[in-house]
Amino acid sequence: MSTLNPVAKISDLPENSKFRPGHRLCAGCGPAITAKIITLAVPEAVIVNATGCVEVGTTIYPYSAWKTPWVHVLFQNNAPVASGIVAALEKLSAEGRAKKIPVIALGGDGSTFDIGLGAISGALERLDKFVYICYDNCAYMNTGIQRSSASILGAATTTSPAGKVIPGKQENKKDLIGIVASHHIPYAATATLWLWRDMINKIRKAVNYSEQGPAFLHILAPCQFGWRFEPHLTVKISRMAVETRLFPIYEVEDGQLKINFRVTAPKPVEEYLKIQRMMRHLLEPKNAETLQRLKAWAEWNWQRLENLEKAGRVF
Amino acid sequence: MSTLATWREIDLGGSVAGGTSEKYKTGNWRVEKPVIDYEKCIRCLICWLYCPEPAILRTGDEVKIDYDYCKGCGICAEECPKKAITMVPEEI
Amino acid sequence: MMAEALARQHKLALTGNDAVAYAVKQANVDVISAYPITPQTFVVETLSRYVYDGELNAKYIAVESEHSALSAVIGASLAGARAFTATSSQGLAYMWEALYAASGLRLPIVMALAARALSAPINIHNDHTDFFGMRDAGWIMFNGEEAQETYDLTIMAFKIAEDPRVLLPVVVSYDGFIVSHAITNFYALNDDVVKEFLGVRTTGPRIDPDNPRSIGVLALQDSYFEFRRQQYEAMENARQVIKEVFKKYGETSGRNYAPLKEYMTDDAETCIVAMGSTVGTARHAVKTLREKGEKAGVVGILQYRPWPTKEAEQLFSRFKRIIVMEKAMSPGARAGPVYEDIASTIYPKHREAKMVDFTYGLGGRDISAQGIIDIYKLGKELVDKDKTDKVQFYGVRE
Repeated sequence: MSTLNPVAKISDLPENSKFRPGHRLCAGCGPAITAKIITLAVPEAVIVNATGCVEVGTTIYPYSAWKTPWVHVLFQNNAPVASGIVAALEKLSAEGRAKKIPVIALGGDGSTFDIGLGAISGALERLDKFVYICYDNCAYMNTGIQRSSASILGAATTTSPAGKVIPGKQENKKDLIGIVASHHIPYAATATLWLWRDMINKIRKAVNYSEQGPAFLHILAPCQFGWRFEPHLTVKISRMAVETRLFPIYEVEDGQLKINFRVTAPKPVEEYLKIQRMMRHLLEPKNAETLQRLKAWAEWNWQRLENLEKAGRVF
Repeated sequence: MSTLATWREIDLGGSVAGGTSEKYKTGNWRVEKPVIDYEKCIRCLICWLYCPEPAILRTGDEVKIDYDYCKGCGICAEECPKKAITMVPEEI
Repeated sequence: MMAEALARQHKLALTGNDAVAYAVKQANVDVISAYPITPQTFVVETLSRYVYDGELNAKYIAVESEHSALSAVIGASLAGARAFTATSSQGLAYMWEALYAASGLRLPIVMALAARALSAPINIHNDHTDFFGMRDAGWIMFNGEEAQETYDLTIMAFKIAEDPRVLLPVVVSYDGFIVSHAITNFYALNDDVVKEFLGVRTTGPRIDPDNPRSIGVLALQDSYFEFRRQQYEAMENARQVIKEVFKKYGETSGRNYAPLKEYMTDDAETCIVAMGSTVGTARHAVKTLREKGEKAGVVGILQYRPWPTKEAEQLFSRFKRIIVMEKAMSPGARAGPVYEDIASTIYPKHREAKMVDFTYGLGGRDISAQGIIDIYKLGKELVDKDKTDKVQFYGVRE
């Protein structure tokens, strides 16, 4: 496989994506945009999809939106399935019995942060040569907006509702890149839809890195259905997540952390919260404590990343 | 939609040929549709990049809405830097 | 054994586990992934040694759990590789959801199962609870009573699984510790003979970038049933395919296998049914019983799924009494799994044959030839007094 060079202009991308229309994902679906952009960014790959919105919405028999080789097995095992495919393609291609192509495991935050984390850890520890992409819509959306460990502090989900006594999820979002980078893999990064060039080039970079080891991408993919906002705001909301420092854009390359988009004058977190019904309740005075914790976390997390960036090799 | 196969003819083991979703037209989902004003369009391709279906056809730098699949989400109109796309109510 | 068949083989003395590993090495498996668990552990260790020593050119994926082991093997199989895993008991239970996935996706995976009791309470010794627990998962299921059968079945498993009329995963089980750890003599086919017998894998689903397919799609109420019916038919096709493979293997090795093993059944009035190492012990018991004038025989189960209905009906309908011995139980059921399979085969057509069910040996509790003689005597009495309506327990302290 030849190295994928960074893309400078949108017109550098192929005219037709291998992600085809006619799928059943919601109008304005962030993960759909992510899936499509993956197929635009990477000329050839096998997608190993975990159970979830993307898998279900794109492959209802007899319709499939994927013009790439695509497999789905179970909810929590797309990482070891990818490990198996990588091993098989390596052996078979050496014997001229198969064509070696990049392997991209694609899972939502449900399968990545929670049920599949153990299996992902195993695949990363083995340094298996594949790309793992997590499209993070911050809850178990396919089963109806239940909280995941990626749901942010205060999120009103169906299993952590904004109730009379407890105002939404009281636990913080897991530091996924921290967990992943601690496996000492060559490359891990966050990305989101608004910074399209950064996202596309990180996908390509990850595929390049997968020639030598695992590469991991954590992509924030807003969900109009679960977060409850108007469908046309998907990309805008991804922008606000970045500009409020709630979703920092950074990468860890050979253990060295680098912030890719420096937010010097962060927008108030309240602006991000008020346009989604999932978070709006935090603006009520009685929920001030949770709101403060969320804001404090965003600032603390940003400072932490800036400190790590200056500390040399940290993973 | 299509008549599904009997068990003797159905695909092996829960599989299907890739790209067959094109046979399923999602255009009837939308309540409003995007209309491009080509006078304002600067051929930046941002709408094409962000369409989740994709329901925007691209030839070179030229774009055209594919109304067979457009679900009317409005992201193209929102993201267009020149406000060249307007969402108009769909007719029944 | 025919001299020609002998010339194609060499004699070895290995444990059951090592016999399996040896078969896997000869079968030129492409990808192996397994997680250690007693009493399967040595299969995994021996295969690792083969790979790390360069004796076996396969990819060995050291996973962190059994669920991931079968998942990795599923992945490899989806990519067109000949893939293998091994487990026991808790490991099998942990990969339970993946068992159904492997079969539903129609993947020709082979798995070795060193049969062991299930928790709780935890017990590492042999019984067949784990084996019977997977009987509806759509896997072809065999049991080898010692190293020879286990070795032969493992070789044949790949050929059966990969047949385009089948494309189902196969499990070859053998008694944990009793067979897995005991060294016995057996004949192994020569490497080139196995190579010729199996070739390389060319069938079944595979990732093809030039012809992209989506494998493992969502089948709603309007299509799931058809996929499962198709899978059911594959299992039915397996009956004929297994017969053909047994025949071909017999011509190659001189050992002719049948789904049910018979010992002194020609004129037997009462037969003892068992599976695994107990079959060998039962032969000794029946030899003794015969000397005492009893018209006894043994039927050993080699092939459990597909259940050999035709052969079973022909065979079991001949007996007056069928004493079923099972190293498993089904709490709340009328009887254990083997009893139920036999009963549904011969009843209501052959009312004359009477059956009784014995649960024995759970958690590795030993059974001797004398114990089987006791079971025979007790079983015969119960059948003749028409007191067979309850499962009997043999060997448990009352």
